[in-house]
Amino acid sequence: MTKSTLKLSGLEPLIVSPESNFINIGERTNVTGSRKFLRLIKEELFDEAISVARDQVEGGAQIIDVNMDEGMIDGKEAMVKFLNLIAAEPDIARVPVMIDSSKWEIIEAGLQCIQGKGIVNSISLKEGPDRFIDRAKTIRRYGAAVVIMAFDEQGQADNYERRIEICERSYRLLVDSAGFNPNDIIFDPNIFPVATGMEEHQNNALDFFNATKWIRQNLPGAHVSGGVSNVSFSFRGNNIVREAMHASFLYHAIGCGMDLGIVNPSMLEVYDDIDKELLEHVEDVLLNRRSDSTERLLDFAQSVKGDVGKKRQIDLSWREGSVQERLTYSLVKGVTEYIEEDTEACRLQFNQPIEVIEGPLMAGMNVVGDLFGSGKMFLPQVVKSARVMKKAVAYLLPFIEASKGGGLSSSGKVLMATVKGDVHDIGKNIVGVVLGCNNYEIIDLGVMVPPEKIIEEAIAQNVDIIGLSGLITPSLEEMVTVAKEMERANLSIPLMIGGATTSRVHTAVKIEEHFKLDQTVHVLDASRSVTVVESLLGSKKVDFVNNLKSEYAKVRENHTKNRRKKAMLTIEQARANKFQINWTGTDITEPNQLGVQTIEVSTKELIPYIDWTPFFRTWDLHGRYPAILKDEVVGDEAVKLFDSAKKMLKLIDEEAWLEHKGVVGLFPASSEGDDIYIFKPENPSEQLHVQHTIRQQSKKAAGIPNLALSDFIAPVDSGIQDYIGGFVVTSGLGIEDRIAIYEADHDDYNSILLKALADRLAEAFAEYLHEKVRTTIWGYVGDENLQNEDLISESYMGIRPAPGYPACPDHTEKPGLFELLDATRLTGVSLTESLAMQPAASVSGWYFGNSESKYFGVGKIDIDQVVSLADRKGFSLEKMNRWLSSNLH
Amino acid sequence: MKDIKSILKKRILVLDGAMGTMIQRHKLEEEDFRLGWFEDHNSPLKGNNDLLSLTRPEIIKEIHAAYFTAGADIAETNTFSGTTIAQADYGLEKAVYDINYESAKIAREVADEFTSKEPEKPRFVAGSMGPTNRTASISPDVNDPGFRAITFEALKVAYKEQAGALIDGGVDLLLVETVFDTLNAKAALFAIDELFDERGISLPIMVSGTITDQSGRTLTGQTTEAFLISVEHMDLLSVGLNCALGASMMRPYLKVLNQNCSYGVSAHPNAGLPNEFGEYDETPELMAEQIREFLEEGLVNIIGGCCGTSPDHIQAIAKLASNYSPRTFGIHEND
Repeated sequence: MTKSTLKLSGLEPLIVSPESNFINIGERTNVTGSRKFLRLIKEELFDEAISVARDQVEGGAQIIDVNMDEGMIDGKEAMVKFLNLIAAEPDIARVPVMIDSSKWEIIEAGLQCIQGKGIVNSISLKEGPDRFIDRAKTIRRYGAAVVIMAFDEQGQADNYERRIEICERSYRLLVDSAGFNPNDIIFDPNIFPVATGMEEHQNNALDFFNATKWIRQNLPGAHVSGGVSNVSFSFRGNNIVREAMHASFLYHAIGCGMDLGIVNPSMLEVYDDIDKELLEHVEDVLLNRRSDSTERLLDFAQSVKGDVGKKRQIDLSWREGSVQERLTYSLVKGVTEYIEEDTEACRLQFNQPIEVIEGPLMAGMNVVGDLFGSGKMFLPQVVKSARVMKKAVAYLLPFIEASKGGGLSSSGKVLMATVKGDVHDIGKNIVGVVLGCNNYEIIDLGVMVPPEKIIEEAIAQNVDIIGLSGLITPSLEEMVTVAKEMERANLSIPLMIGGATTSRVHTAVKIEEHFKLDQTVHVLDASRSVTVVESLLGSKKVDFVNNLKSEYAKVRENHTKNRRKKAMLTIEQARANKFQINWTGTDITEPNQLGVQTIEVSTKELIPYIDWTPFFRTWDLHGRYPAILKDEVVGDEAVKLFDSAKKMLKLIDEEAWLEHKGVVGLFPASSEGDDIYIFKPENPSEQLHVQHTIRQQSKKAAGIPNLALSDFIAPVDSGIQDYIGGFVVTSGLGIEDRIAIYEADHDDYNSILLKALADRLAEAFAEYLHEKVRTTIWGYVGDENLQNEDLISESYMGIRPAPGYPACPDHTEKPGLFELLDATRLTGVSLTESLAMQPAASVSGWYFGNSESKYFGVGKIDIDQVVSLADRKGFSLEKMNRWLSSNLH
Repeated sequence: MKDIKSILKKRILVLDGAMGTMIQRHKLEEEDFRLGWFEDHNSPLKGNNDLLSLTRPEIIKEIHAAYFTAGADIAETNTFSGTTIAQADYGLEKAVYDINYESAKIAREVADEFTSKEPEKPRFVAGSMGPTNRTASISPDVNDPGFRAITFEALKVAYKEQAGALIDGGVDLLLVETVFDTLNAKAALFAIDELFDERGISLPIMVSGTITDQSGRTLTGQTTEAFLISVEHMDLLSVGLNCALGASMMRPYLKVLNQNCSYGVSAHPNAGLPNEFGEYDETPELMAEQIREFLEEGLVNIIGGCCGTSPDHIQAIAKLASNYSPRTFGIHEND
């Protein structure tokens, strides 16, 4: 239990306790008390207004009082604007805010802007207890402390008795009726001027002292504050007397228990340093020790009016450093006041103004980057640094334009995007701004940007760099996709990768290899983006890229060495955790037609099997078919596209543009470990082929098996005769002739449309054939009666996994499948050296008919399985590694 | 329902682990996020996990059950993004009531099932209220630092709707979590307090912040202690930390809470830090080892897991937690 502990916070905590020293509240960000601040707000010179706040904090204010009560300004708007602005200044925002207004709407607007626990200054019983309680409850709900003025329905307390009466009444209402934490109550028992020449004012200071003492003794938890400069009101213009009076007043008030106060720290003498004679005169007045004390002080004041007022200085020793040091200081501290002056000084030292940016300013930004990277600066500060940088660049721009070289040699266009599926953009926006500050043109495509769009815009806008951002882990894969797409689109510009889950290692291991046309760079944070872009577009690119390439090569090497193994099973362990099928209780249907047969089908027959949703997705029209045709946003476009697709399909059908050829084979099979043995239909003891499947190797939760496709085939030792199928289909035969015609005509639209339709037809063919296999050729389901939607949602029995896809990621299983089916001869589909199918509109795969078979992803595998595979397949380890690199853990 | 406040003084309560990690295991597709509710919705919904409480409730129930089986005392509802603000990215503001109500309801059903089986270990449901994807106290536009993409008032309205629906659905407590901007959290607490007042009810509230950077601060720059001070005006069940850091890196900040917090202290760290591929791969054993330190030092009252944790992690943590006494707290003046 802590007694009388007032806890406040800005970005950092502020604890006001009996053990803490007196808390200074800065008073200069107050339009009623500072004519300068009022002018700055009126003229909307917010940069300077912020400097006033910063000066106060640097000068020792532990809380800043903000007041915008002035008839000439919109107080609510000014309060919100100013609080929002200082929230972006960490060296100000570290302290709590006192929201000072006599207008409730301004107070409430202010409370909605501060993340820390601040203080409301003030409320009182002026408008009666009901309103008082209501407002106190609301303040409590906002999580703020409150200053209570000694004011009630009758007016302001102007003597000791009224002060304690009002404070006590207020306290009881706050604690008993508003549920206020007593530690969060601060009384302001009215500091009034002394030495006014009016008799009723003689006790003003003394009454305050005594009331303070009474409050601290009788109202547990409560604190006392006040506006100290009021007391010296009569001595305006005589700072020596005022400073002495403030110091003395504080000395006595603190002795009575005042623990916070609104004080201008630069208008405060050190109590012990006050001239003894002056002090005596001042204290005579404050403590009302003599009836003639006022006259005596006024007389004495004349003698010290020289006002040599030694103002406490803000530390400006940094101004004595070299220009580089000064620039770095301004950038790191986010100080804008001197940046133009220093930039100018720097400009005179260089031949070309651009060198100021490339040299000293970038050096300063690098310091910022390093501090940020090591956790010694944090985000809002970096943003401030960027703003200082922008000012410096803005100052230099006219000189750069005027110089013979013309323009910034390093300026360029940077395309920024948060990748598909991700909505986080704070980091990306910051990079955009930081680069913008450095004279780069930013083309920001926003969030959830599909790769096609990134490529398209990069080409259309002729950008110099692409920057990708993302925060969620699936975005990592999206970035790889974009890199691949850039390669495909022949886009030879650098690629920058950034965002919370990205890393140098991921960039080096996973992204760089997919994009060979230019360099991929991981950018650790926004502050480093400038250096990176500068290097990539500047004259030092070659060196930078070479360094990076060797660095990334090293990263990859280390990664391979240090890869973690703990989440993986050995292949033996994984095999022991295979998927168990109760073979004796399983019905296995002997295929109606064993062996290989070719399949031909007309376009017309395939049309009902088309899954249209991916077709629209190809065209960046998102939504499910057929609902997409009625979609509010893309519906019209979708209908138009669908119409042209149907027209083309009709031509494809009637004029036989495309030939659909397929081959399917069903064979006796049995499994052993991870291999599937495939036998001659007419002689089930003669082996035709061995299919080598890959087993999931990552450690699974209890009860979850490590799958391999071989688990779906009855093992040799079960003695049960099982079967497997394979197929290759294509809808791309003849397409090249037609595409050539379109291309000669520069008709991209139809060219793409035809390719997209051929792809859809090939998929439809695979679907059509799978159904035929299930119902007749193999016939393990009698009457399926599935609609096309069911086919698309794969609600049928059995699977048709394709080599190169997640369940069997090994592309090198494809040639065996093709050989087994004699596919190239029978269908015209061939395999390229990278084992891609030609024509592209082709699909191949295996058929598993078991009711428990299901699709899965193999995921990461370990080297022991690769060794095993290489051994079983008769490949060199190196070759096997190469083909499985993306699966290798 | 047994009083969670009194149980909290007797033993360490175990919060569940990650929802997202478990959902990922199901390899769901776009269709799963639409099923029966949003079939014709005009933008992609995949990844909007909160919707699964509506479209694939059996999966969410199964996850709750897995965590309860692993030993969790408290399940978090699948409503991390269940505000109109977060759902606006998907154009699904209208689904917010249903998301929260149904999520609470299914968690309630599973919790009650377990409680009836093991009455000596009652299970609780915490309504998860995430941070939204906007920040009320920093500008998304650095050229205009005074700009705000969201107001306190808008956050308050959104959180009030979420809290109301969660309470209608039967949650036992509310969890304002992954706080990266304390002003957002204050808006949530303001909304909750207003709602309690209007309905004449009061539920325990947990608040959990997120320390995001190496300097030990929230995204918006507050230190752990400043964060605590900014939220402790509410009568809370606990204040704690979650996400962003693994257990070992969270420890110094938990010590700050331990020293200064008059409420319970909670921690639900990630399963380590994401590796370079964005995967959280700290094993249950390793994570439990680090949590053992918290427990030995008596730093926490509620312990659970955030990103990357699974029922295996929670099982390891629950087993460990049962051997330690909870942190002592709460002899403050209002008691």
